[in-house]
Amino acid sequence: MSSAERHAAESERELQAARCRYVLRLGDTALVLGQRLGEWVGHAPALEEDLGLANLALDLVGQARLLLTYAGELEGRGRDEDDLAFLRDAPEFMNLALAEQPNGDFAVTIVRQWLIDTWQLQVYRALAASTDTRLAAIAAKALKETLYHHRFSSGWLARLGDGTAESHERAQRALEELWRFTAEFFAPDEVDERVHAAGIAPELPGLAAPWSAQVDADLAAATLRRPAVASYSWHGKRGVHTEHLGHLLAAMQHLQRTYPGLRW
Amino acid sequence: MYTQALDTHGKEPLPAGEGGAVAQRFQARVDADEKIEPKDWMPDAYRQTLIRQISQHAHSEIVGMLPEGNWITRAPTLRRKAVLIAKVQDEGGHGMYLYSAAETLGVARAELFEQLLSGAAKYSSIFNYPTLTWADIGAIGWLVDGAAIMNQIPICRCSYGPYARAMVRICKEESFHQRQGFEIMLTLARGSAAQRAMAQDALNRWWWPSIMMFGPSDADSKHTAQSMRWKIKRFSNDELRQKFIDITVPQAFFLGLAIPDRELHWNESTQHYDIGAIDWAEFHAVLKGNGPCNRERLEARRGAYESGRWVREAAAAHAAKERARTASTGGSTAQTGRT
Repeated sequence: MSSAERHAAESERELQAARCRYVLRLGDTALVLGQRLGEWVGHAPALEEDLGLANLALDLVGQARLLLTYAGELEGRGRDEDDLAFLRDAPEFMNLALAEQPNGDFAVTIVRQWLIDTWQLQVYRALAASTDTRLAAIAAKALKETLYHHRFSSGWLARLGDGTAESHERAQRALEELWRFTAEFFAPDEVDERVHAAGIAPELPGLAAPWSAQVDADLAAATLRRPAVASYSWHGKRGVHTEHLGHLLAAMQHLQRTYPGLRW
Repeated sequence: MYTQALDTHGKEPLPAGEGGAVAQRFQARVDADEKIEPKDWMPDAYRQTLIRQISQHAHSEIVGMLPEGNWITRAPTLRRKAVLIAKVQDEGGHGMYLYSAAETLGVARAELFEQLLSGAAKYSSIFNYPTLTWADIGAIGWLVDGAAIMNQIPICRCSYGPYARAMVRICKEESFHQRQGFEIMLTLARGSAAQRAMAQDALNRWWWPSIMMFGPSDADSKHTAQSMRWKIKRFSNDELRQKFIDITVPQAFFLGLAIPDRELHWNESTQHYDIGAIDWAEFHAVLKGNGPCNRERLEARRGAYESGRWVREAAAAHAAKERARTASTGGSTAQTGRT
């Protein structure tokens, strides 16, 4: 093999690794958020919201299954969706740190959901045109679901923001609390840049402006103030998480960890 | 699920005072298997019996979300997690149709919900038992949904139209849940020694409470005869219980699990399984609020209701503001139209 061929092979391996990691990030964000929403089922403010939150959870777990299965195939080590979901520890999870934040009150859950919905809307819409046809197909399916999720979350954001003094105050507080995690949304690293260069994924900073416009429109409808720019950026997608993720995984992975290697 | 014959409770006024031609016509329609619809005349006792039964059924669905929801975050695979979320969501949906069916009888969902939260209304006693391991999710699907189906299939032919129609859809979903539960049990039964032990332990804890879901034995069940005349009920508690036992015992054999009843045996002369004595003291204790999880279940429902109050108030306030905005826009349009 010539050095040029070696270089090309090395470059292809790196691209595959970046593609795998990129897909894993999307899958982990969907999984961790779906897991959080699962905690609500049976405890929501009204029966309709129990069904609505369960619906979102179900869609997100479904997206995670497609994405993790694909990531496992790209990785080429024979790991399936469950190996990836249940047998990785926190530093190996690549979700946005926002997704793992605790449910808090209904306002925190809605603001968290809405922020991720608006982010996913941009990302999935762009990915539907990916040169990676498998990823494009998953994104197209996920986009349809996300459009519904966004209707749900922005609808509730408006009700809470515009509703009573208490609900407005709670929604604004949730926004102030969670806003800092959005700094991670459009900050690219070498993985994002590599998959963008290969036509697999959109240029991340390019999505910030349409996202921002959507966010401003939704906040205006909800009579809420956009918080100041966040000073510290979490790096959940690089495996640097808040303290909350470990607890979430401890519950989620309990059976697979206690009884290794069994079929369920 | 989950209806349960709770008919030793509640005062059911007898329809004696409602004789006359209209009452006779009502009974003739029921006898002819016609459906009674919301705007039709019906005896007050018929209405009250239905409100009680349908709302108990709705409450059972809502409370039933809790023991199974307890395992959503810990389901062992992503497929199991998705199936469980969908199942619990179905139960919430069943609660909604049933509250709607009850509302056709002239009672508001909010009022019924208050009765649940105050402890005045009953719900199926089975949900006052805890889900301690993953196998309990299998056992609930297999046994509890299995018993529920047995109770509910006849209600698809109930004389009251809205209840019967709601039940058709519910039964379809329940039989899907029952198969999913059995499939969990089968996977565990064919799994490791620890998984088999988990499955057996779940059967040990859920068998008798499932048997009790059919309610008091016929000898102690006061209102069966009247409910049968009204075609709200088609089979007695003991008939349904026996049917369930006869179908379920061979399934346990197939799983290689032991039914926790030393007196269980096949009776050649009746062609049914005979079982040991049911512990009715336990049944009544659980109904009275002294089961293992009665407090936790009601606390969870009340907690969700209380901590969601500000959310419901926000939704109502926003809707009122929206209406006001639409009205003022509509008003100005109308004015423009006049000038």
